[in-house]
Formats: sequence, C-alpha cells, structure tokens
Amino acid sequence: MVLISRGIEQIEGQLVFIGSIPRVKYNELVLITAPDGREMMGRCVLLSDETIIIEAFNTTDGLDLENTTVEFSGDVYRVPLSDDMINRSFDGVGTPVDGGPNIIPESWKDVNGLSINPFAREYPRDLIETGISSMDTLTSLVCGQKLPIFSGQGLPHDGLASRIVKHAHIYQRDAEERFLIIFAGMGIKYDTSIYFKNNFERTESDVISFINLANDPTIERLLTPRIALTAAEYFAFEKDFQVLVIMTDMTNYCEALREISASKDEIPSRKGYPGYMYSDLASIYERAGRIKGHEGTITQIPILTMPNDDINNPVPDLTGYITEGQIVLSRDLYGKDISPPIDILSSLSRLMKDSIKGTTRDDHADLMSQLYTSYSKALDVRSLQAIVGDEGLTPLDKKYLRFVSEFEEHFLTQPMEIRRSLVESLDLAWEILAILPKSELVRVKSRHIKAYYPKPEVS
Amino acid sequence: MEVGNEQVGNIDLINGPIVHVNGFKAPRIRDLCLIGTFNIPGEIIRLQKKNGSTLAIIQAFEDTNGVHLGDEARCLGYPLSMELGPGLLGSIIDGIQRPLDRYFEHSGGFLTRGLAFPALDRKKYWEFKPIRKKGDMVEPGKILGTVQENSSIVHKIITPVGIKGAIDEIAGNQPLLVTDTACTVRGTDGAKVDLQLFQRWPITLPRPIKSRLLPSIPLISGVRLIDSLFPITKGGCATIPGGFGTGKTVLQHQFAKYCDADIIVYIGCGERGNEMSDILNQFPALEDPRGNPLMDRTILIGNTSNMPVSAREASIFSGITMAEYFRDQGYHVALMADSTSRWAEALREISGRLEELPAEGGYPAYLGKKLASFYERAGYVEILGNPGIRSSISVIGAVSPPGGDFSDPVVQATKRFIKAFWALDPKLAYARQYPAINWIQSYSLYDDDVKEWWMEQDRTWGRYHTLMLKILHEDHELEDLVKLLGADALPIQKQLTIFVADLIKRTFLLQNAFDDTDAYCPPVKQAKMLKMYIKYYKRATELLDSGAPLFKIKELEILPEMARARKDIPNEKPDQIDDIIQKMNAEMNMIRKEMS
Ligand SMILES: Nc1ncnc2c1ncn2[C@@H]1O[C@H](COP(=O)(O)OP(=O)(O)O)[C@@H](O)[C@H]1O
Ligand SMILES: [Mg+2]
Repeated sequence: MVLISRGIEQIEGQLVFIGSIPRVKYNELVLITAPDGREMMGRCVLLSDETIIIEAFNTTDGLDLENTTVEFSGDVYRVPLSDDMINRSFDGVGTPVDGGPNIIPESWKDVNGLSINPFAREYPRDLIETGISSMDTLTSLVCGQKLPIFSGQGLPHDGLASRIVKHAHIYQRDAEERFLIIFAGMGIKYDTSIYFKNNFERTESDVISFINLANDPTIERLLTPRIALTAAEYFAFEKDFQVLVIMTDMTNYCEALREISASKDEIPSRKGYPGYMYSDLASIYERAGRIKGHEGTITQIPILTMPNDDINNPVPDLTGYITEGQIVLSRDLYGKDISPPIDILSSLSRLMKDSIKGTTRDDHADLMSQLYTSYSKALDVRSLQAIVGDEGLTPLDKKYLRFVSEFEEHFLTQPMEIRRSLVESLDLAWEILAILPKSELVRVKSRHIKAYYPKPEVS
Repeated sequence: MEVGNEQVGNIDLINGPIVHVNGFKAPRIRDLCLIGTFNIPGEIIRLQKKNGSTLAIIQAFEDTNGVHLGDEARCLGYPLSMELGPGLLGSIIDGIQRPLDRYFEHSGGFLTRGLAFPALDRKKYWEFKPIRKKGDMVEPGKILGTVQENSSIVHKIITPVGIKGAIDEIAGNQPLLVTDTACTVRGTDGAKVDLQLFQRWPITLPRPIKSRLLPSIPLISGVRLIDSLFPITKGGCATIPGGFGTGKTVLQHQFAKYCDADIIVYIGCGERGNEMSDILNQFPALEDPRGNPLMDRTILIGNTSNMPVSAREASIFSGITMAEYFRDQGYHVALMADSTSRWAEALREISGRLEELPAEGGYPAYLGKKLASFYERAGYVEILGNPGIRSSISVIGAVSPPGGDFSDPVVQATKRFIKAFWALDPKLAYARQYPAINWIQSYSLYDDDVKEWWMEQDRTWGRYHTLMLKILHEDHELEDLVKLLGADALPIQKQLTIFVADLIKRTFLLQNAFDDTDAYCPPVKQAKMLKMYIKYYKRATELLDSGAPLFKIKELEILPEMARARKDIPNEKPDQIDDIIQKMNAEMNMIRKEMS
C-alpha cells in the first residue's frame, strides 16, 4: 500500500515538514510532486507523532503548502543493480544518461550499504603495479586499499588518476586481472567528465560512471558516491570483480554536506563542516576492502582538492584519518616541472609494509626508508644552501645537493609514456643513491649495498 | 540469564540514533531496550514526563533505518552490562560486547542488525577446579576456583561483589558451562545464592577495590623512547596525541604485542577495519615476551569508524570493565584505546542530537568529566578479597586532534588525567624518524617512580637518563643557530653535543616497529645502549676539555658498531654492548695517550 499525503505544513531550505502519518519508516524514500508536476525524491530524516521531516533531494523552489504531494515508497532508498550496468553512464542518482535503456534489476540494494564486519575483513596484500616509480617504490597501492590523492586546484590529479587506471595490474600475477572501473563524479565540470571518459576508453577495462555535474543539485552529491559504492559492492562481492573506484572531487562532496547541514541549523564544527563528517566520510571510505571468502575487491582512489592547498583543512584532514595513506601533490614540484608532482615526504601508503614483505625484492623496504631519509636530509641541505651559500657547504653537502636534483629530475619526474617495472624503479633508485657515499646509506643492509650499489664504471 | 523488569512502550519519535518511547512503566536511566521489529539495542539516556506518561529517550546502538513510528520497544529493566567469565580472552567483540566472529558465521561479511548473540559461548565447557570447600567463608574478590582458559592464562572465578557468606556447595573438578552453577553461598542473612561461572557488571560503574597504591613498576613496552626517556608505570595513564599518519596506531600495536602486562584489552574505537584484521592476522602467530601466543592474553574490541556511533561511545567503558575484572583476579592489565577522539566525537554527536548546549569545539561541557570517569579507573591497586595482592590497569589512549593541533579540547582535557604525554610530530614522521615521538614536547611524570626499578637493571640509569634528555634539549636549543651559521661556527663543546644528539637520534631513538630485532628492545639492552652513548659523550667531553681535537672523537673506529647496536646486537645477548663500551674506552684512552 502506498501512502500519499497532500499538503505541507512548513518548508525550510531542503526540509519539508508534514503532519505525522502512522507506519512511516525512518529514512524512508518519498516522492515529492510540486504543483507544476515537477518530481523529486526525498527521505524522512525525523519522525515524530506530530511531524515528519523530509529532506528533499533537489531544490524546493516551486513547492507550495496546499498542492504539493508526498508519496511514501514504503522502503529506504535502493539502487537497481545488474550486469547490464557495465559500460553504461548514469547521473548522480543512478538514472541512465547515455540514451540506453533502463536497468532491469537483478537485485535492489540499500544505498547506505551495511558495515563490513571487521572480523570478516581479509587484510589487503596484493600489490598493484602502476608503472610510476615514485608510487611503486615509496607509496604503493594495494588491492583493496583506500588511497586518496590530495591535490589542489589546477594540479594534475586527473592525469595521475587516469595514469594509474591505465597501467594498473596486480604485481606478479600471471592471469591478467581485469579491473572494473567505477567512476563517481561529484560536482565536477563537464570537461572533467569528458577527460576521464576519453581516458577510460583507452584502457581495456570495463567502466561504469555515475556523474553529478557542477550544476546538478547539491544534495544529490551526497548520494553519488554511495550509489557508486553500492554498485561496487555488488560487482566485487557478488560477481568477483576487481573493482577500482575513482571518486572525485571529495571536496565538493564535503561542501555539499556542509551546505545541507547548515540548512538544517546543525551546530557546525571546524570551518562550518558538521561534527559528524568523520563518521560520514568513514561510511564511504570504509566500503573499500576485501572480505573473507570473496575473490573480488574494492580499491578506492578518492581525489580531493585541498582548499588553499592546506592539508590541515577538515576535508583532507578527516580523509587522512580514515584512509590507508595519501598521495600528496605539491604545487612547488609542479612549478618546477616535476611531474607527477608527488610530494613523497607527506605521502604514505599504510598497507605497503606488509604487501612488499617477501613479495618484492628484498632490498625494497630498507631502500625505501633510505630514500626518505636521504631526500629529507638533502632538502635540509638545500635550505641551508639558501642561507649560507655554496661556500658554507661541505663536500658531502654538495653530494646531497646533486642527489636531490637527480632524484627530482629523473626519479620523481617520469613522462606519461614511460612505464617502469618495479625492479627498474628500484635499480634507478640505487643508481641515484650512489651519488652519496656508502657510509651515508645507514638504513640499508650491507648485503644490499654489496648487491645493488652500482660499481663505478671503468672509463 | 538476568531477569529484569521487562516493560513495553511505543516509538514516538526517531531522529537518527535517538528514539523516544512512550509508555514504559518504570524505566530507569541506562536501562537497556530493544527497539522495533528489528530488536535494535539501545539504552535510556534521559527520562521525562509527557502528557502524564513517561517518555524515555533512548540512544540506539545500531542504525534505525526502516524502523516504524509507533512500533513497540521493550525496556529490559537492567543496564548495559558486560558478561565476565571464561571465553573473553582471544575474542573479538563490538562496543557492546557482541561477538563479531559469531556474527560472521551467522551473516557473512556484513553486519546485520538486531542479532543477539551472548558474549560468552553458552555451549562451551570449561574445566573447573575448586580451591575452596563447603563451609569456607567467602567475600567479594575471594577466589572460588579456577579455569585454565588457554595455554597461558588461568582464569580465576572470583566471588562477585555483594556476595558474602559460607559456601554451601561447590562443584568438584568437572566441566562446566558458563551458565552452570559453580558454587552456592549461604549469605549472612541465611539466603542461598547460586553463583554461575560467569557474572555481569554494568559498564559505567567502577568495580570496587581494597585500596589504591602508588605505582612504582614500569610497564615495559620495548620502545626505547618510551621506556628509557618517557616511561609509563603499571597502573599509569599515557596519551599519544598526533595527526594522521604520525604513528599512533603502530605504537599502540607495539604495546599490545610486547608490553609486559598479563592481559591486553585493545579497543579499536572508531578507527579502520583493516587495523583490526591486521591484529587478528598477526597476533595468533606472535608470542608475548614470555613466549605465549599473543592472542591468548588479548581481548579485542572492534567498533570501527563505519560501525554505529553510540556503541563506539560505550566501547571504552566496556573495555575498562573487562580490564577491571581481570585486575580483580590479580593480573596486570594494559588497555589501549585507539582513538579516544572518535569516542569524544560520538559523545558530541549524541549531545548535538539532544540539543544540549555545546562547549568548546562543539563537545558537551561534561567531556572532561566523562574522560575522567574512564582514566580514573586505571591504577595500581590492592584488590578485594586477596590481602597483599597487587595488580593494575594501565591505560594508553590515542588522541587524533584536527590538523594535528594539540590545543584541541580532547587533547587538553586528556592532559588532566594522564602523566605520560607522547607527542607525535609530523615532521619526524615525514622523515620516517620513527617512532615520531617529539622528544622536546613529550614528558613523563612517572620517571621518578620507576627510577628504582631501572637502577636495578643498571646503576647508572638515573643520571644517564637525565643526561640524555639534557643533551637532546641542548641540541634543540642550538638548532636555530645551526640553521643560520652551520654547525662549524659553534664552540667545540656544542659541536660535540650536536654530534652526539644526532647519533642518539639515528641509533637510539630511531626504532623500526617492523624489524624483527629492533621492534622490541629488552630493558637490559636499553639500559646498556643508554650507557654506551652517554659514556661516549662523557669521555668525549673530558677529552675535549683537555684539548683533544673533535674530529678524532667523531672518527672512532668503533662508532659504526655503536650505531648498528640496535639491529646487530641480538636481544638475548645485551652483554655484547659491554664489549663495545670497552673498545670505545680503549680508543678514547689512545687519544688521551697520543696527546700527552
Ligand atoms: N615505529 C615505526 N616503525 C616503522 N614504521 C612506522 C612506525 N610508526 C609508524 N610507522 C609508519 O607510519 C604509518 C602510519 O602509522 P600509524 O600508526 O598508522 O599512524 P596513525 O595511527 O597516527 O595515523 C605506518 O603505516 C607505518 O608505515
Ligand atoms: Mg591510527
């Protein structure tokens, strides 16, 4: 039985208040019809014996108190899912926008999903080789990981994400895995959506996209990643796909959350974002992972642009607290034409240590630690040079300066078309480290030095 | 099962996790309820009169999506309580003690709502061994018998609080279910009480003890920066504040793995699911410092960030209640909570829904009081019913301040209840100088308390510990000057300080949590390493005073060996450090000789 209510008591921003009706469910999906026939969805965010408060998923412009109707669906918001979604495009709420037919569902799933039982998780271990030296050597991506890109306006994060997608394959696995790419765009420009679309077409992977454009309703942005992840869970845990979810731009998502929260008069926390933003973001990011007994995995690469390039802004800050590391892009490096401009010191992959143990070359972990210390020390020397000039530097200091410029120009910098295997990247790192005397390489084992430190060439 | 005074009411309002129920007869604050047809658990947090009847305001421990207005809710008539008995160790439970492994067996990878499995397995038999006999007088805390819970831990079945009298009957050596009667006691009033193998205790009420004692034994973690510089005692409280990626969780895991407590309670409170599965993967294969499987001494609470917020709020009280139960058996318990900020946020969220007046940072004004009611349950104590037996609960709470800024209200409030402060520093973490504990900002007020213990390991400890801190502080003060002028412009003695400080940082403070040897550094080895570096410093100072050139001291042949001691000297053979010290002394003597 479908309940319909005609007439509204109050409209306030996104919120529509109606008189209470029995048997309504919390979070139930409703269809609101404006007097001019315009339809929009909404959900019940507060039920009491006097009032029901509905949050509309679109602007309430044009609604009135007398003739607007609210139709209760009798269920929470569910998305239709089926194999036919592969290689289709949808808008931010899951309606096809590619002119193709509607999806004939095999299954309907609640967009909010259910929490993964921590006991059920399988610890992610399979490395994804991206062909990018700085990532594979220092902050590698693992199948089932959530590893965001922290970027800024105008930095090449889209390029980096497409590059990862293009080359991604599971390290040393014979049977070539096929990734299913699920793309969720929140408040993005049309150009961006086209950019990704073109790039995805060049990969061999299957793609499903859900796109909420910049001029689509803000509140729909809150649904887009959830719909995309509901689809991801379906394909990973019911159809055994390796799913790679790209979500951009999480900053737009958070701003939408802030806007809605403000319209509900909630007490704001830092920078006006709601106090529950951590839990809200966790309900998205924690949907990545592996589950015992399932072949499929969900790997997430969320992209966010840090307002003012500030890593302490609540959007990157709360994200970093939830995700398993972060890849940070630097405007400084970009300005110096170092591309991809990954700031390795503030970047981190938390799942890497276990995944490289016993799988990649035995010098990998120590070499990585060595690169970090040497690079960080070299940057200190560089700032010292800025103060005391070249005369104040010791011969060793000068070696560090050579190391840092070689490292930035030949290791971090890697043209788009060049793809290096992990072993090639490790060898390259040794070659550059060899600018420094062996006595400086205290974090690698002596047997590694013996095996990998390049011998001086006989000339 | 405990029988409460069950009552029925109807749902009047639903606002996220807040549910109003009308019509309970005699509800009490904190009473447990089951809401709607899904049987969602919740607890009463407020009561008020509405139109002549009683309105109970409940916080639900699971999400309320799909719950109907008007549906029935039941008030169970007793507060959220922990089941305390054999079967806790090695288990993983959520914030309100539901067994997550049973959930997995029942419903697979995802958590479904309204499942009610008891925390302790009702079908498992435990071999009970009585240690008292008929006629013995017992009182709270007195041990009635034991159960060998696993290969390492003897679970003591203790007389519950409130029970006093003579044993009327006690089970013999025999297998018992947790719900079986192990003992019947005839109270002083003549009434008989059956005692099961397990008992219940409400999570918000501290379990009573005989008396509090001053702590004097360190809780050894094997982390040099902590044990040797900023120690914590058994029964002490410490906090680890730090931005994301600075190493809070790794440190907490190190404590859980290597610290010398008998029992570990690890609370994953609003953090990552994979960090729980990391522990579940590693611990069964690892051994504690005494050679027992780690999981045998561990209770895991997993209320991860994607799980319900109100259960997150309960989780740390659930954890400390179980910790107290093992303390009351005479065990030293260490509890880790990662992260208390997520707990505080849960508090804030519920408070916001109740439209309470917010204080700083939106947190409720009672944040400090709530934190106190958690940290104050730690301590070094004499327990009830066992004269002279001392045990402890140590608490280590991580705090995750926004933007890594320590002026955060949770950091500040926590500081009032802890005495060891391990401040994590992103700069150190960026350079992979782990553990990234900033040695200038951190402190421990326990260092006097543990001095005596350490002096038994090595008589020089007291002075050398202080001297190492002094060297690091002096080095810090010189930092700006060095940046401006370069180290060579400083007086020779200062140059030595900088050199030694750098050596200490690279070799003593640096510690890789994932290196097989380095991850855990036994106290003797720590004391010897400390001695080695300080001796070097002292000898060098003397030599410089008598005019020796610095470069000779910097180029001792033994230095590389000194630097690699953390990895190269096996943990079982710390005496090898004495040899290094001897060689160092010999070289120093040579320099002296050359001079004269
Ligand atoms: N003591 C340590 N030794 C080696 N690596 C460490 C250490 N502490 C932290 N790390 C590295 O830093 C990463 C982040 O640490 P983690 O404890 O998860 O940070 P937080 O909990 O503060 O966000 C880890 O994944 C690990 O790679
Ligand atoms: Mg952590």
